[in-house]
Amino acid sequence: MNCDVCGEKEASVFLTQIVEGKMQKVNLCEACSKAKGVNDPTGFALADLLLGLGAAQQLEKGPAAAKCPVCGFTQGDFKKTGRLGCSECYVTFADGLTGMLANMHKGTLHVGKSPGNRARKRELNARMQTLRETLDQAVATENYEEAAALRDEIRQLEAELIP
Amino acid sequence: MKLNRIIANAGEWLSGDGPHRQVVVSSRIRLARNLARTPFPGWAKRAERLHTLELLRPAVESLPEMRESYAQNLTELTALERQVLVERHLISREHAAKGAGSAVVMNVEQTLSFMINEEDHLRMQGIRCGLQLHETYAMVDQCDTELAECLEFAYHDDLGYLTACPTNVGTGMRASAMLHLPGLVMSEQINKIINSVNKIGLAVRGLHGEGTEAMGNLFQVSNQTTLGESEPQIIERLNEVILHIIEHEENSRQQLLEKRPAMVLDQIGRAFGILCHAHSMTSKEALNLLSILKLGVDLEIFPNSDAAPSRATIDELFIETQPAHLQKGAQGQKMTAEARDALRATLIRAKLNSLPPPDTAKVPLPEVSKQTDDE
Ligand SMILES: [Zn+2]
Ligand SMILES: [Zn+2]
Repeated sequence: MNCDVCGEKEASVFLTQIVEGKMQKVNLCEACSKAKGVNDPTGFALADLLLGLGAAQQLEKGPAAAKCPVCGFTQGDFKKTGRLGCSECYVTFADGLTGMLANMHKGTLHVGKSPGNRARKRELNARMQTLRETLDQAVATENYEEAAALRDEIRQLEAELIP
Repeated sequence: MKLNRIIANAGEWLSGDGPHRQVVVSSRIRLARNLARTPFPGWAKRAERLHTLELLRPAVESLPEMRESYAQNLTELTALERQVLVERHLISREHAAKGAGSAVVMNVEQTLSFMINEEDHLRMQGIRCGLQLHETYAMVDQCDTELAECLEFAYHDDLGYLTACPTNVGTGMRASAMLHLPGLVMSEQINKIINSVNKIGLAVRGLHGEGTEAMGNLFQVSNQTTLGESEPQIIERLNEVILHIIEHEENSRQQLLEKRPAMVLDQIGRAFGILCHAHSMTSKEALNLLSILKLGVDLEIFPNSDAAPSRATIDELFIETQPAHLQKGAQGQKMTAEARDALRATLIRAKLNSLPPPDTAKVPLPEVSKQTDDE
């Protein structure tokens, strides 16, 4: 049986814990059990083992009764599994996740790729914003010819944004 | 297409050639993607996992990149066949342990593989020979873009791609390279390198065992964080560090050759001798000896001839002598560890026996190397 943490080495430390009446098992290799400081097999959370000590407590910073409306996931489930239930969980547990993600990563904002249509949409929205501001200026300076052209462009853009 | 037909050939990353091939075995990019508002595989019920599979498998199979591909639900593969795919680096250990709803789709070249219902709904992996992280990313990125046209991936404007584990959120990308570092291990510099790389937020670990205990002198370097940097930024940072490691490795190989030529020659000669003549060999011994033999090839200690062992021959042996690959060759008969060790030795002998031995004259004597040491 492989270690639950590194997934590579043979597990030699077997832990069992009762959480809310349910038995839960974790298998660790020698190295991972040492690295995670497991000498007290009682009172640990899998989330702490997988994500580092304190991960489970961090999520508990959010409202305790929070339950994901899509998948029914709770804070307790996170503590047990160290994973989230569905994409909506990121919204449900946002308060607790912010601190955890800040500790784990280089930053707190995604700056990379986004799904194609989304990137395009974001781009179009930004352009729309600029066009509307320019239109306001054109109207304010009574530049009606430019304003008419801008309105045409905005209408075209709207058609593209709402297919 | 049948699994046997796919695995009859070594993947492109093993048999091909790529930049810095003498140190970098392969470059790998893995992207994690999930369907929006659908329970992640670990939390989903069986019916939900099957639904995810129904949605994802045809989408992946209809990619232009996957026109010639192999697709299989994991429940239709034996444990041994799954293990063979793990040894080929085509699916993860974790994926191999999954049941209903999990599937794999890979192309014939074995450069692209898609794991459906792994820890995330979809993990797409690109793997190429040598140091080609940017090229490998371009390949996987293209597939991802095409898939996003017909699938709604879970995405958050601030957090990026949403994943089952918060450690993958953002780009959902894990970039890694497999490095062969016998020089740094022999000169006992490997731990220093590992520590300094870990300090800058990258992970280094032995492919088979940790630190100086790493078998086969194979190490994997990868990014540890996925949020706050773009994909090209992460890859470039990793790439630069790998180029540094390559430089250190090449320097230490050169140093060993100049300062301890007898030791280097002795190790390579012994490795070749044992590999060519042993009749029983454990996986650990094979990994370590093949690594030394590969160093010999890199240092050009073998005669310049087509018959001399090539890097690809040795890399293929690294994979073919793994337990599941050996067992697969036994046509369904369950082998004991002893039988496997015997078969492993036979396989290696068959491949290396007819090859010319190291040419000792190619290593300069210490006196000669001192005279030419005018750098
Ligand atoms: Zn472990
Ligand atoms: Zn949820």
